[in-house]
Amino acid sequence: MTTAEATEPTSVLTDSGVFVPGPGYDVPGTVERYRDSFNRTLRDELNRDADVFIMGEDISGGFDRDTLEPLDAWGGPFAATKGLVQDFGPDRIRDAPISEAGFVGAAVGAALTGLRPVVDLMYFDFVTVAYDQLLSNAAKSRYMFGGQTKVPLTLFARSGGGTGHAAQHSESFYSMLAHIPGLKVVVPSDPYTVRGLLAAAIRDDDPVFLVNDKKLINEVGFAPDESYELPLGKGRYLKHGDDVTLIGMSYTSVVCKQAADALAEEGIDAEVVDMLCLSPFDEEIIVESVKKTNRVVIVDEDTPRASMASEFAAIIADKAFDYLDAPVKRVTGPHTPVPYNKGLETAFMPQPDDVVNTVKTMLGV
Amino acid sequence: MRLTREKLHWLYETMYRIRRFEETMLEQTFRGNAMGVTHPSDGQEAVPTGICAHLTEKDWIGSTHRGHGHCIAKGLDTKAMMAEIMGRYTGQCKGKGGSMHIADFSKGMLGANAIVGASVPLAVGAALTAKYRGLENESVGVAFFGDGATSQGVVHESMNLAAIWKLPVIFACENNQYAEATPAWYAVSTDDIAARADSYGIPGVQVDGMNVFAVYEAAEEAIRRARAGEGPTLLELKTYRYHGHFHADDPKKYRKSDEEEEYLERDCIQHFERLVSQQNAMTEAELEAIRDSIEQEMQEAVDFALNSPMPPIEELYSDVYVNYSNPLVGLR
Ligand SMILES: Cc1ncc(C[n+]2csc(CCOP(=O)(O)OP(=O)(O)O)c2C)c(N)n1
Ligand SMILES: [Mg+2]
Repeated sequence: MTTAEATEPTSVLTDSGVFVPGPGYDVPGTVERYRDSFNRTLRDELNRDADVFIMGEDISGGFDRDTLEPLDAWGGPFAATKGLVQDFGPDRIRDAPISEAGFVGAAVGAALTGLRPVVDLMYFDFVTVAYDQLLSNAAKSRYMFGGQTKVPLTLFARSGGGTGHAAQHSESFYSMLAHIPGLKVVVPSDPYTVRGLLAAAIRDDDPVFLVNDKKLINEVGFAPDESYELPLGKGRYLKHGDDVTLIGMSYTSVVCKQAADALAEEGIDAEVVDMLCLSPFDEEIIVESVKKTNRVVIVDEDTPRASMASEFAAIIADKAFDYLDAPVKRVTGPHTPVPYNKGLETAFMPQPDDVVNTVKTMLGV
Repeated sequence: MRLTREKLHWLYETMYRIRRFEETMLEQTFRGNAMGVTHPSDGQEAVPTGICAHLTEKDWIGSTHRGHGHCIAKGLDTKAMMAEIMGRYTGQCKGKGGSMHIADFSKGMLGANAIVGASVPLAVGAALTAKYRGLENESVGVAFFGDGATSQGVVHESMNLAAIWKLPVIFACENNQYAEATPAWYAVSTDDIAARADSYGIPGVQVDGMNVFAVYEAAEEAIRRARAGEGPTLLELKTYRYHGHFHADDPKKYRKSDEEEEYLERDCIQHFERLVSQQNAMTEAELEAIRDSIEQEMQEAVDFALNSPMPPIEELYSDVYVNYSNPLVGLR
């Protein structure tokens, strides 16, 4: 535990300016891995509300053959639920068979009847096994039943390339979720934001999908000890700058920040916007930043067709067209599945250099 | 049961090749030479071996994340497999698929699949092609899947489809009793998966999957039925994986050592060796000659893979479509 030392204390929980919390903020907190913040937040929410329970494959990690006790052998996929079954028991940390369509549907049913299920879908790719339940049941029930009901369901899963898991375990198809009216989509990018957004997602009365890029899971950062919510639908600035806006989401926010740091060394002052939420998303922060810098590069690991990058570009064209000094550029994955070979996989994923080169070409330097 | 000398030889060679491939592949994975996650199948060799012993290149199999054994039993080249796992251009899929996606369409291998349950309907589709063309007698579909996969809806849908259309399919459920760390006794509602066949009106047989002769015999009848146009069969093959779920998993965290030892004692390769020597069907010298040649094959596979080139960057963009070279290379 390291308590943030306050020189000029700012409250990270109330400051709506630049949010890169750490030493200098007036709240006690911990420098920890993303996954520890995630786990701690699940624990907070399980303690806070007896209707919250978690469901997913291997989240209590097997059972002892003789005592029938859960073993927590894996701590859940990516250790997200580690230690929870010991404290909350197998009814609230409910291990599920490999039946994504079934248990996501059951979670929707439980949510319609008063519980607040949280579902671990393991890899983001497995969304499609349960997609019908998300699209046709979770997202539409409230609307098609004339507002009679609500679906306070939270789902989470791990997206992205970088681990050699190849085509069927490396998806980032955020837009396939953001496309669905009725479903909210959030993409934290560090321990601080995952803590606030996960709490907000679980407390929200609509279905919310929280996507964790695998590359973030062991990233370290500061997160306040106390529980808090970040607003669903708000982005943040990771860095202010005047020359160009870099828009990131999930891990590409880290990529944008790295690119901005590299550009700074060459005298180019980039602004970095971290979207945090993809549905609803923060149009104002995009428009505000582009009006200031007049140039924008959107960085998205998803494939480019009908992507979040395309959507943000459309908003910019609509609402900030007159402020643009250069065409909007997107740095995305190519229109291909994710390959296995490390070199190809790396080439698939947007790298800081790709962003730097795009900016330099744009500025003609 | 009558087996030719060649078949007997093939059964041993195939099981031993799978065993040594998995061990060698794991060693290479731990040396950092594999580019991603690998799921070893050692312990389960008798299952693909006993089944594929009846298949030709015109028959199709669908496979899983734990697919190396299926590939080898279906006759895939261990060099190209090892190279694929090492992400090389000479690999079975040019290094683009990896351990979880090895496929060889020239050998009737529809691909390993990393979505649990997803390859089962593919084998049904292959059988549909055979029936459509009137070729059931020479082309059946075999779907390999785990105990964990039996919880997927698509697996049940596939069985019903194959049953109503009387397709030449063998549903081969490799019940190694765990799905990741989750035991089948928790996740599967019955300890008799084969009995579920009843509800589809097809035969279901529970088989000792540690005994290659038992697998061989059960598969023989299932495949005979399929080729004769009598429709699908569900085989539940009781087996065990010796290693963890994936290369870095420690199964001791969720399995008891007495259980592991019980299965090690029933090891399919040792069982085979004991039986053939009791019956004087193969000499120790013959067995040793097979082992030696496989040892050499493994060394050659590793050397081949390590000395193979990486795929060129352009490979990232190829093979997305048949007849469209897509210009969206990331819009950079
Ligand atoms: C649709 C889907 N859900 C979850 C997973 C993650 N996963 C990979 S293998 C596995 C267990 C599979 O168990 P089983 O079918 O028994 O095969 P085994 O690993 O024992 O060979 C799981 C849950 C996946 N790959 N696909
Ligand atoms: Mg299994």
